[in-house]
Amino acid sequence: MAGPAIPRTVRLEPPASWQFLDFGELWAYRELLFFFVWRDVKVRYKQTVLGALWAVIQPVMATVLFTIFFGRLGGMAQQVDGPYALHVFVALLPWTFFSNAVTQAGNSLVGSSHLISKIYFPRLLVPASAVVAGLVDFGISFLVLLAAMAYYGVAPSASMLALPLFLIASILCATGVGVLLAALTVSYRDFRYVVSFLMQLWMFATPIVYPLEIIPASWRALYALNPMVGVVAGFRRAILDIPVPADVLAISGASALVFLVAGVVYFLQVERRFADVI
Amino acid sequence: MAAIIVSNLGKRYTIGVRSPGEGTFRDAVTGLFTAPWRRFRRLAGYDDHIGEFWALRGIDFTVAAGGTVGIIGPNGAGKSTLFKVLSRITPPTEGFVELQGRVSSLLEVGTGFHPELTGRENIYLNGAILGMYRAEIRRKFDNIVAFAELEQFIDTPVKRYSSGMFVRLAFSVAAHLDPEILIVDEVLSVGDLNFRNRCLGRMSDLRGEGRTVLFVSHDLTSIRQLCSRALLLNGGRVVADGDADEVTRRYERMHQDPASIALGGADRVHPPPAYHLTRVELRNEAGAVTRQFEAGQIMEIHLWSSGRAPEDSYGAEFRLHDSEGEVISFGAANPVRSTYYRADQQHFVCRLGPLPLTEGAYTFSFIVGVWNAVRWDHWPRAIGFEIVKCDPFKTGHGISNVHDGDFVIPQDWLAGD
Repeated sequence: MAGPAIPRTVRLEPPASWQFLDFGELWAYRELLFFFVWRDVKVRYKQTVLGALWAVIQPVMATVLFTIFFGRLGGMAQQVDGPYALHVFVALLPWTFFSNAVTQAGNSLVGSSHLISKIYFPRLLVPASAVVAGLVDFGISFLVLLAAMAYYGVAPSASMLALPLFLIASILCATGVGVLLAALTVSYRDFRYVVSFLMQLWMFATPIVYPLEIIPASWRALYALNPMVGVVAGFRRAILDIPVPADVLAISGASALVFLVAGVVYFLQVERRFADVI
Repeated sequence: MAAIIVSNLGKRYTIGVRSPGEGTFRDAVTGLFTAPWRRFRRLAGYDDHIGEFWALRGIDFTVAAGGTVGIIGPNGAGKSTLFKVLSRITPPTEGFVELQGRVSSLLEVGTGFHPELTGRENIYLNGAILGMYRAEIRRKFDNIVAFAELEQFIDTPVKRYSSGMFVRLAFSVAAHLDPEILIVDEVLSVGDLNFRNRCLGRMSDLRGEGRTVLFVSHDLTSIRQLCSRALLLNGGRVVADGDADEVTRRYERMHQDPASIALGGADRVHPPPAYHLTRVELRNEAGAVTRQFEAGQIMEIHLWSSGRAPEDSYGAEFRLHDSEGEVISFGAANPVRSTYYRADQQHFVCRLGPLPLTEGAYTFSFIVGVWNAVRWDHWPRAIGFEIVKCDPFKTGHGISNVHDGDFVIPQDWLAGD
């Protein structure tokens, strides 16, 4: 089914060996992206009793647990300036978004197999909509953050204006990884199990329960290849005014872009087989 | 001007044991290590059961703008593959298709509906999936609701709809598409007669407006009513192309020809790429392959699979459907008789009976896999058979499944105290 504003003549041919992203087509299908997001959000809040509260409980509970186990018992609280709980919560904000978005996106294609085997639309919309839908939860948790800042007496500063930049970086990164995992899960069904494990490992490779500074300076460049390092450090910088070395941000930013491009490129190469193997 | 040009179109599926590197990640990793060994085997002339199957081959036809063409053919002729290629779901393997203008496909009604959402929400969602703009849906919204006759229920979640209401709403959304080319696949097999007629009416309206309609169907009467031209597919090729009356008559003759009625076993037509069942035969006590049995007889189901199963200790199961498609019975190798098969087993036999069934038509579906763990293959509606005689009480009057149910339970009638 050719969507709106697609060139009048569509020629269907055997797939070329390399597929490129068709921006015009994606743009033509932007309303469908909107509807997928709208459906995901609506269904989630209809189906779960706790609804929007879930977006609050998840990071708050994690913060409480981490504060007790890592902050108190693990002695991490001495390593940071200011309240450890706030420190963790600020990091969990982008992390929870990232981790949920990647998990949802990873399962999204298999979950939409009934659509994919029956109707045409750019397949990229499915994992992309899962990522975008996660932003709603992010928005809700952000309100909690504002409340927590008020509680701890942390005044927002001008550096908060940089926040959207780091949010965009986490969206790019989540899209890249999510899209990659979605495509892999279609081909290899057991990849689902890999995803939850991967997310756990990834969380500890990201400065959430500990500050960035405990990583030796000589290792930081390598460490920053994890794009979420830059994102989390960026969030702390924007909200708590904790300085971040510029090279960490630059490396993480570049790495996020690489993840995005790699994910999308892989996705496009295998996209046309989906209907045959799903 | 041609609305659809199909040139030398072919679609190939790979059958047999799938090449390692597909399936599960575990397979991919092990496949990596066994690759040199497999290459060696292939060079040495071993066949690893990797086969190819052309669902469509050498298809050529052109449909003029405003034309209405029916596509008919027996199951497995390639109708649905053609449909999938034309609606861009799967790419062709060779040849090309050119579509002029906006294309909409109507498949199973309700594709993309979400049960938790209300009728109103589903109209927007489904409309967008079918390719409508939001503004367009908003404009047509009242008409869609009126056409479906669901004004009262429009804010009720569709999970509470009856199946009739669901179909009406789904078709109504689809009927309000404005495509230059509409491809319809068997949507009319559901819904009541009244609604069906309205659907046909809507399709003939579209034809009147000069839209191009491709109509894939088993229903020859509707094809004759709606289409001026028909294509008959068989074995992935176009075997007849011409006047709809003539081609549908030819199809009927093909069906009546005793040689072409399936009396023997059944072969898998669109197998999945991985390990799968390939053939089934039903045999009577004398060992003859047949599709006709009498109540009280023993039936032997013979199943064959393609090559080596992914693992040892697995089983097969069947489901028996009545003429309306309802599952009426079940049987499985593992739990019932603790029969398990080894990976290299390629032929399974189930002895069944005495058959307690009443007169009428029945169908088997089959599954191979590990009980309660994995299904490697599901072969729905694999083979049909007929119970031609059921007279357990020797009355001279047969018991048929039209009025008296599908089973006769062994019974004794005695006089009470």
